[in-house]
Amino acid sequence: MSGIQAMPMAKALNAGLRQAMLDDPKVLLMGEDIGPLGGVFRITEGLQAEFGQNRVLDTPLAESGIVGTAIGLAMRGFRPVCEIQFDGFVYPAFDQITSQLAKMTNRHEGTLTMPIVIRIPFGGHIGAVEHHQESPEAYFAHTAGLRVVSPSNPHDAYWMIQEAIRSNDPVIFFEPKSRYWPKGDVNLDERGPELHSTQVVRAGTEVTLLGYGPMVSVLLQAAELAAEEGTSAEVIDLRSISPIDYDPIIESVRKTGRLVIAHEAPGFVSVGSEIAATVTERAFYSLEAPVLRVAGFDTPFPPAKLETTYLPDADRVLEAVDRALAY
Amino acid sequence: MSYTEATLQLLSPAGSIVESDTTAEYLPYIDKLSDEELREFHRVMVVTREFDLEATNLQRQGQMGLWVPSIGQEAAQVGSAFATRKQDHIFPSYREHAVAMIRGVDMLDILRMLRGLTHGGWEHAKHNNFHIYTLVLGSQTLHATGYAMGLNLDGSTATGNPETDEAVIVYFGDGATSQGDVSEALVFAASYQTPELFFLQNNQWAISVPVSTQSRTPLYLRPSGFGIPGIQIDGNDVLISYATTRKYLDEARAGGGPRFIEALTYRMGAHTSSDDPTKYRPDSEVEHWRELDPIARFETYLRGRGEGDDFFQDVATEAADYASDIRLRTLALGPPSTSMIFDTVYSEPHALVGQQKEWLANYEASFDENGAAE
Ligand SMILES: Cc1ncc(C[n+]2csc(CCOP(=O)(O)OP(=O)(O)O)c2C)c(N)n1
Ligand SMILES: [Mg+2]
Repeated sequence: MSGIQAMPMAKALNAGLRQAMLDDPKVLLMGEDIGPLGGVFRITEGLQAEFGQNRVLDTPLAESGIVGTAIGLAMRGFRPVCEIQFDGFVYPAFDQITSQLAKMTNRHEGTLTMPIVIRIPFGGHIGAVEHHQESPEAYFAHTAGLRVVSPSNPHDAYWMIQEAIRSNDPVIFFEPKSRYWPKGDVNLDERGPELHSTQVVRAGTEVTLLGYGPMVSVLLQAAELAAEEGTSAEVIDLRSISPIDYDPIIESVRKTGRLVIAHEAPGFVSVGSEIAATVTERAFYSLEAPVLRVAGFDTPFPPAKLETTYLPDADRVLEAVDRALAY
Repeated sequence: MSYTEATLQLLSPAGSIVESDTTAEYLPYIDKLSDEELREFHRVMVVTREFDLEATNLQRQGQMGLWVPSIGQEAAQVGSAFATRKQDHIFPSYREHAVAMIRGVDMLDILRMLRGLTHGGWEHAKHNNFHIYTLVLGSQTLHATGYAMGLNLDGSTATGNPETDEAVIVYFGDGATSQGDVSEALVFAASYQTPELFFLQNNQWAISVPVSTQSRTPLYLRPSGFGIPGIQIDGNDVLISYATTRKYLDEARAGGGPRFIEALTYRMGAHTSSDDPTKYRPDSEVEHWRELDPIARFETYLRGRGEGDDFFQDVATEAADYASDIRLRTLALGPPSTSMIFDTVYSEPHALVGQQKEWLANYEASFDENGAAE
């Protein structure tokens, strides 16, 4: 494939996985229902047919088993890419991810690498039942030894998945499932920005809006609405949750003096809290207002009929923008 | 995987009683059932299926977020559920609609959950100890085991009185057997000799993954490695499901320790309304199992016992009425209140959650009637 093609993120991820498998015969896919079905979101559609059952493993139904055996496969020189079916089903693998995967390289004093990617469809807006709409990224960002990223658009998804697979460290790859289907241009020839870099996706002067994954499109929408009301908002797509590329954020805040951070995950002990603290440390004298967080409530993700009340939307972002401007 | 020599069966697919040395042990349980009870087995299977079809329609019409059909598994569920005693506790997975019906759950409560109005739906204390559905595969097997440990600890079991001694039955699927939780539940159950029956519905598929990926041996053999007796039954035979569950649960409640039943059945429909089974399984397999349909088989049996058209007609009418009533009540369901997000996160007041509830109320009040912020 080459050129610029419009495709949904689901297809971009599929193409990115395929390219990574073509580039390196050690890349393996593992997960529940990822073979003939192509995964419940069809991200791996056609890949088992193309690469065979030794490259695309439809595993037994056990997340701890998937990640634990991926660790052994990585020790043997493979580069496993694990699919967790839904965000809320990663927890059976939590021990293998946090106590084993994250610490393996350190435990081996750097003599062993763990090139494993764990793909997790995450977030709400799909009207699903319990355990299917969660945003557990903070648990993983809190764990040293893991890299954590989340693309917000098809182009980034195509390139970031390939970079994540090339990384010699474990990468937790959060896929915004509400963004699987909208189409966007993917430039198949021109590599996107580096995996762990933050991108300014809309320039503005009065307030900086920062988010990642599913929230970026909401922030762009909020910035559009703000512009109609005469407020100029800059929008930043974080892309990398751990590590965080702070320079573009600090630069933006120095210009705007105001920062609103949004994510679907609860706000308490969150990615937003971490960024707010660091920005306050590094850009205190540039701030015209406290850094504000717009987040999911500190409650379990509610039943589907209440999800739009729970999830931050453009209005809630604008409410925070108003508060920031009022200081 | 279909029936093997080990598969216990009382009712052949042709609808006649199987008399043999192995069935001799189970036939007395059936002989004790009255005509009324046998008719009840049929009635619940038919009503559940009609309910299930109606729920599928409601989902297609946008009235449900998701539907999880149980079609094909009625006999495994109805037989085992009728074999429980009123004091028993039932820990379901998420497809046990017929068991729920038998234990007195209002089926609208299941629809409320899958419509996206609640994560739970019913109180087990008010519904004959039928606990709420569990969506994280296998988790409930540990909860059931702990509950059964509690029965041992507080002396509510093994006193010698089957009318009051309590026991636990836990339902799970073939895919779930691969979860660590299920193996751990078997370990705890064996260590603490719990009054518990593990009831596995092997419907041959875990979404698109065949049971052969989960186990190279028949699953009823797995518990023996844990020191728990296991048997395999024809899960489309409501009579063997009833007889074996009755026997095993009563042995467990008498202090005999945990037991395990693998019921071979088939998920005739999609995994859920989001699934397209034609992507991974051949029609011929579905057709094979259609021949083994649990309801048709039992109807043949009842007709052989002299049950006439009137009865079957009455049941069909009742099922249709039930389905249309469920439809009306589903359409009448209102939206949930936003306070549900906050009110039961903790059992006692919590500062942060309280503040956020108040913030949301003020925020929502700040929108005028046109939906614009003031
Ligand atoms: C821990 C966990 N992982 C993944 C899932 C997603 N999932 C839901 S049902 C299902 C298949 C379950 O198969 P089985 O246990 O055989 O039960 P059945 O659906 O056939 O009744 C999967 C993979 C889940 N619910 N929980
Ligand atoms: Mg199954």
